[in-house]
Amino acid sequence: MINILAYIAVVIFVGGFICKVWIWSRIPAPLKIVSTPGPITFPGVILRMASEVFLFRSLFRGNKLLWLGGWIFHISFLFIVLRHLRYFFYPVPAWIMGLQTIGIYAGYIILLPLVYLLIRRRTVDRNSYISNPMDYITLILIIVIAFTGILMKQYIRVDLVDVKAFILGFLTLHPTIGPGSVLFLIHFLSVLLLIIYFPFSKLMHAGGIFFSPTRNQRDTAREIRHITPWSNI
Amino acid sequence: MSDEKIEAPILTGSITVPKIKENASVNQKCHHATEKHMEKLGFPIVKPVDWKEKALKKMKELLKKYRSLKLYLDICVRCGSCADKCHYFLGTGDPKNMPVARQELLRKVYKKYFTVEGKVLGGLTNAEELTDEVLEEWYTYFHQCSQCRRCSVFCPYGIDTAEISMAAREIMDSIGVGQKYCNEVLGKVYDIGNNLGMPGPALRNTLDFFEEDIQEVTGVDVKLPLDVEGAEVLLVSPSADFFSSPHVDSLVGYAKVFHKAGISWTLSSYASEFANFGMFIGSYSVMKKVATRILDEARRLKVKRIIVGECGHAWRVAYSFWNTLIGPFDFLDPRYPAPQHICEFTLDLVNRGAIKLDKSANDEFTVTYHDSCNVARATRMGDKPGGQFEIPRALIRASCNKFFEMPDNVNRERTFCCGGGGGLLTEELMDLRVKGTQPKAQALKDLMESHQVNLMVMICAICKAHFTHILPYYDIPMEAVGGIHQLIGRAIVL
Repeated sequence: MINILAYIAVVIFVGGFICKVWIWSRIPAPLKIVSTPGPITFPGVILRMASEVFLFRSLFRGNKLLWLGGWIFHISFLFIVLRHLRYFFYPVPAWIMGLQTIGIYAGYIILLPLVYLLIRRRTVDRNSYISNPMDYITLILIIVIAFTGILMKQYIRVDLVDVKAFILGFLTLHPTIGPGSVLFLIHFLSVLLLIIYFPFSKLMHAGGIFFSPTRNQRDTAREIRHITPWSNI
Repeated sequence: MSDEKIEAPILTGSITVPKIKENASVNQKCHHATEKHMEKLGFPIVKPVDWKEKALKKMKELLKKYRSLKLYLDICVRCGSCADKCHYFLGTGDPKNMPVARQELLRKVYKKYFTVEGKVLGGLTNAEELTDEVLEEWYTYFHQCSQCRRCSVFCPYGIDTAEISMAAREIMDSIGVGQKYCNEVLGKVYDIGNNLGMPGPALRNTLDFFEEDIQEVTGVDVKLPLDVEGAEVLLVSPSADFFSSPHVDSLVGYAKVFHKAGISWTLSSYASEFANFGMFIGSYSVMKKVATRILDEARRLKVKRIIVGECGHAWRVAYSFWNTLIGPFDFLDPRYPAPQHICEFTLDLVNRGAIKLDKSANDEFTVTYHDSCNVARATRMGDKPGGQFEIPRALIRASCNKFFEMPDNVNRERTFCCGGGGGLLTEELMDLRVKGTQPKAQALKDLMESHQVNLMVMICAICKAHFTHILPYYDIPMEAVGGIHQLIGRAIVL
């Protein structure tokens, strides 16, 4: 049962993500609307995009504390995901083993920015005005995932051999019944919920940023004629 | 609306973020376009019975035409980085003037009708049906956005509220709900060629007057040619330059520069408007039609270069859009950028020594510079990123002795809109405009007190018109507003 749900979730996540990106990529950007000063060359665009994706440059300019919270959250999330790759490989590559310790630290650390992000939605009047229920629910879901994860790792241990067998079984299309742990079940189901919701929601900012015309265009409007595909008026 | 109702916010010495006050600016509404204004632009003259279906159909069409629109409606995470960046929010405290909340007005309808998320989760994700009330909100708050793109600078994904408000205005025009100010002005351009509705003969009279004036003051015979076929340069400037103060001083400045450089030039009575309000109403076709007048005139007059005057949004249209809308400019002299900004042109002459500037002619002024939003965040000058900041400043430094920068948080790409851009330069929005000017007025006031600044120059006709009108509410004299070519015109050695 849980395996079927997991297969559906993965299909929705991957299919939905690709579908959304496909749709965006098919819609033209009829005019040059790059934020200036902007890059004139392609390497310049890559540099600008990298500074946004890895360093959240614009957010840094907008709000320092939010930047700190957001950046720590995302970087921790990245290390946690990378750490989890150990359950997907047999044998486990050395580089993934090398990330285990930092991944566990990240599991603790991530709770701080998550709680901060949740609290600031309630405490600053501007933020509570703009927050809708799903903004809270998404944050709470990620908190549940992180919290159950760290509990299983450090306090109420789950049999890792079972987990690994379960994941590998899932990956090789020979599903098994999985570890009989309530914590694991909550953790795993929450992740499934998150990835099902992902492609339909604001979480798609992860893929969307690369398509943002204000950030991915070159500032070459005068030099190179930009064509509007639909313009025959 | 009478003037005594308008109270300027008290300048406290710093730009502070207000507590939110629901509906604080809900009564600031633009006059609706009348049938006459709508018809001229080819929009429906009345709201049809099935306006809702038509609006959604238009929205669907725009979602397929503009990636920016769909993407930006999809990916906002409501982080709030933009929330305290809009001058109208800072001035009014109305939460719907937070850029993210302004976007949500359109996004909630988008979610309801165009997304799985909104259809399944409904209110949990703020999805909402399109109703009369929602349309009223759209009309009010998408006409409280000056499309200055300051919010976009601070957005982690570069979400540009201007794209959303342009789309919203286009949707509203498509169901007969237009704004009077922009549509009326555009009608005048269609009919006569400029925003003022000033016909050719009147324009020639005005130019004659300027010629006499220059002759009287300087003793030099500086011409302001009109409709001269075969001139080297077609100069297109905002029509306010023909008639408003301090705009006219910059026009005189351009004329002196051309005179001294010995380059033949002409204005045009057919293309007598650089402004292009087609951008404000989000209409690609109107914007193209307005721009085409300039193209046609450049061909007819057989000029080799197009140079444009001091106007912010129009520089955006010219720099960023013209090549797409009416290009390629392969009939012009390829040695010069097309179009070229008057500041690029003049600085080049200064650097080559072709014109000489006597800085002491401006010694009565202590100058600061206001970066106009569209110039700063949507265009470039010269061949390096940031030229739109450096070239105007280089001209100011070359033409006066005392120049002080605005503080970083209101300068360069972080500049605030004057408060009257984006098609909001209209009397019925006075209260909003006064409040929206607060951040820039604060910065100027500080400089006036700390450095005895008495002139803020800029290269935007809307900024000039707005500030001269609004700054007196903050006890700043209208004479504190000027143009860069006003300084040049005074300093140039004829």
